[in-house]
Amino acid sequence: MTAMKTTSATPGAPRKGRIRPRGERGPLASVALHVTLLIASAVAVLPPLWLLVTSFKPKSEAFSTALVKDFTFGNYDHVLNDTEFLSWVGNSLFVVGLTTVIGVFISATTGYAVSRFKFPGMRPLMWLLLITQMFPVAVLIVPLYNLLASMELLNQPMGLVLTYLTIAVPFSAWMMKGYFDTIPVEIDEAGRVDGLNPFGTFWRLIMPLAKPGLAVTGFYSFITGWAEVAYASAFMTGEENLTLAGGLQTFVNQYTSDWGSLTAAAVIVAVPAAVIFGFVQRHLVSGLTAGATKS
Amino acid sequence: MAVDSGHSVTEAVDARRVHGPGRRNGKPSGNSGRLRRALSTHWYAWAMVAPVVAVIGVIVGYPLLRGVYLSTTDANEANVERTIGVNHIPATYESVGLDNYTAILDDGVFWDRLSWTVIWTVSCVALSFVFGLALANMLNRKLKGRSFYRMALILPWAVPAFVSVFTWRLLFNEKSGILNKILAGGGIDAIPWLNDPTWAKLSVIAVNVWLGVPFMLVAMLGGLQSIPGELYEAAEMDGANAWQRFRHITLPGLRSVSSTVILISAIWTFNMFPVIFLLTRGGPGDATEILVTYAYRLSFVVSPRDFAGSAAWGVLILLLLSLFAVVYRRALRKQGEVW
Repeated sequence: MTAMKTTSATPGAPRKGRIRPRGERGPLASVALHVTLLIASAVAVLPPLWLLVTSFKPKSEAFSTALVKDFTFGNYDHVLNDTEFLSWVGNSLFVVGLTTVIGVFISATTGYAVSRFKFPGMRPLMWLLLITQMFPVAVLIVPLYNLLASMELLNQPMGLVLTYLTIAVPFSAWMMKGYFDTIPVEIDEAGRVDGLNPFGTFWRLIMPLAKPGLAVTGFYSFITGWAEVAYASAFMTGEENLTLAGGLQTFVNQYTSDWGSLTAAAVIVAVPAAVIFGFVQRHLVSGLTAGATKS
Repeated sequence: MAVDSGHSVTEAVDARRVHGPGRRNGKPSGNSGRLRRALSTHWYAWAMVAPVVAVIGVIVGYPLLRGVYLSTTDANEANVERTIGVNHIPATYESVGLDNYTAILDDGVFWDRLSWTVIWTVSCVALSFVFGLALANMLNRKLKGRSFYRMALILPWAVPAFVSVFTWRLLFNEKSGILNKILAGGGIDAIPWLNDPTWAKLSVIAVNVWLGVPFMLVAMLGGLQSIPGELYEAAEMDGANAWQRFRHITLPGLRSVSSTVILISAIWTFNMFPVIFLLTRGGPGDATEILVTYAYRLSFVVSPRDFAGSAAWGVLILLLLSLFAVVYRRALRKQGEVW
């Protein structure tokens, strides 16, 4: 590296325009870089920031351009005490939590089998999981609606749990496969030598090692369900049955526009999600793309 | 991600070693013998995948078959099985063959929606890919405040999408939204962000790009970090300038990861329901209605709800997506990608 630096910085090099080694740049380039990144960051941060600011304004001032004017917690007070917001949170937590637990649990075994064994039917299974992930809502929504109606599960949280499993299971199985692929096979073999059968190996050796993978997969299927709109809007009616995505729509629609409550509710929903996201985001993309590239 | 191929080769070898004995078990003798042997070798693998196969079969397979069946009938709100009060009314819809499909394909609406969906998908994916790649390149170097920029740029991904979409509606508000107020401050007339067909299209694309860039950024950063630094050093020794290094090292190095994220994000965008539904409800008119939201409108918004038509739309969408995925993978394979 040092040798190279001297070469490229040698005065009187034959080439026009000095070639800068990586990691070094002129002051002008530095300024341009920081300005570009600052603008991009501003574009990324300002909308959520504006949401936060608006939520502290009195209802009548929701659209005022002043940054802080008549600072108030009124919107939060109203949302928490006078609306069904808390039951929406409860519904969402119940539905999405149950989906995640069931989904991750049953997909873990599949991910393990696909990662470790070669067995007849493996390739079709992987294709099935991949293709199921790209199913548009539009194909399944009508039959699922009729199915839930005939099982009298419409407007029931359990119905939505069943529906969300169609999203969570294929996806979690892929992600878990990607994670199991990173655990050395020698561990399985050691278990086998010690007389464990494949289930014992999986349950006693691999599962404890896969806890971070389970957490990331679980988290990702949680936020996918948390933000799901189409099924929730179609299957749930009646204000107290809604989940968050549906409930927030009742604040601002063609009849009313209560932006104060909407922004306060949105902030309450977004802040915990964003904080947890910050902790796990590093693992998300590797999980997603590893699953897709290693078939 | 290409680096992983070495790993999976050893893994395949290991996996074979795991059931070595099962495979070496003499010559196959008759079908039942082979089946029994396959069962004794593979039963635990099959047992492990059984729950997922069962779940997918019941809640994806059955509805899918049912949807395909519905798409060949004239089912709508008025003739499906339903219960009103205590009266149970049996289904009275009947099979109409492929009439729904011919009707859809003959109608201009489908082709209008399809071409807008293609424009929407291509521009969203292309723009967020370009922005993501550019920003990842800027972040992938020694830089003051790097982690601050990274956190700021990822924020749109961290906020739940439906919350962000509501936020954008607040900003886009025609009469008193902040964007138009800023424009008014500069003496520019208010822009009907969501109420004019063209502006609405631009707005939904802008919002979706805003939502999509962080994913691309993080994926590209991961890809950039997996490119060995020696390659750049060698290129510098040979006198390659920054653009040449980008063109001949960075881009090829990112091929594998970018082909995956482009495929994933194209499918996501094609099916992107929440952004359109919550931002414009497909409006004004049906200007921003993509295929998925239009199919939803048919079965849950219009009256009477057209279940059969919606199912037929759904099947067509699925066919289009499968076609896209197959063509895309074949194109990659031709270029030597292995997956």
